[in-house]
Amino acid sequence: MENFTPVSALLGGALIGLGTLLLLVGLGRIAGISGITSTLLFQKEDKLWRLAFVLGLVAGPLLTTLFYKDFSYSTPELSPFTLAAGLLVGLGTAWGSGCTSGHGVCGIGRFSPRSLAATLVFMLFGVLAASLLF
Amino acid sequence: MKLLVAFIAGLLMSVGMAISKMIDPQKVLAFLDLSGSWDPSLALVMAGALAVYSVGYRLFIHKPAPLFDKQFYLPTARYIDKPLLIGAAVFGLGWGMVGYCPGPAISALSSGSSGTLGFVLAMTAGWFIARKIKLPFSQA
Repeated sequence: MENFTPVSALLGGALIGLGTLLLLVGLGRIAGISGITSTLLFQKEDKLWRLAFVLGLVAGPLLTTLFYKDFSYSTPELSPFTLAAGLLVGLGTAWGSGCTSGHGVCGIGRFSPRSLAATLVFMLFGVLAASLLF
Repeated sequence: MKLLVAFIAGLLMSVGMAISKMIDPQKVLAFLDLSGSWDPSLALVMAGALAVYSVGYRLFIHKPAPLFDKQFYLPTARYIDKPLLIGAAVFGLGWGMVGYCPGPAISALSSGSSGTLGFVLAMTAGWFIARKIKLPFSQA
């Protein structure tokens, strides 16, 4: 537990909540990152707001660096293992209609039984994979 | 105005992932991996996000329309079906292998890391394949 960071976790979580809420209040949309990004890439409808949203996602760490000087984070090595994980995340979020933001935050926040079930399942399998592998 | 709101929404979520360190796969794996020195931080990220969203949702959802569009666009699927559960399991396995779910992976693209870029491209391939190959018992 020596790396437990409760304050930044709650603060960052609240900002994630504000962002998802802003998309609901402003545009009436669920802020599901997998759904918005894949629709932007593979469907013709309403591309502009989805593009603006994804650009906001990419810009976030750059903005964070401006006011938080020693901000840094690790990234994975490029390897077949990393690519396989990316493929599973893509397949799974498309088949399961959502990821951590769409099901875990927006769906549970709306008390959707589907999203609660999906979140419990991806948490369980995430814990299984990480605990057995590392 | 819609575009500015969408940009700021993405930005807020991304800064939230950065500040909470959810953007860092090692931080995520420290939560998912129960076998080592466990770090519960990610549970509080979820709790903070849910506290804000669930209260805000209840305050605003009774309005006739959102501020900058004609209607709310909410999911209509009701049933807990096999594609949902199998998809969530497959997603969870990939998440626990590297520590990236879609949001942090896309946010971390600005780092220029080849591993992050490779993950996002593979994820995009997964989205494409899943649109071609539907799971059995899909309703759509």
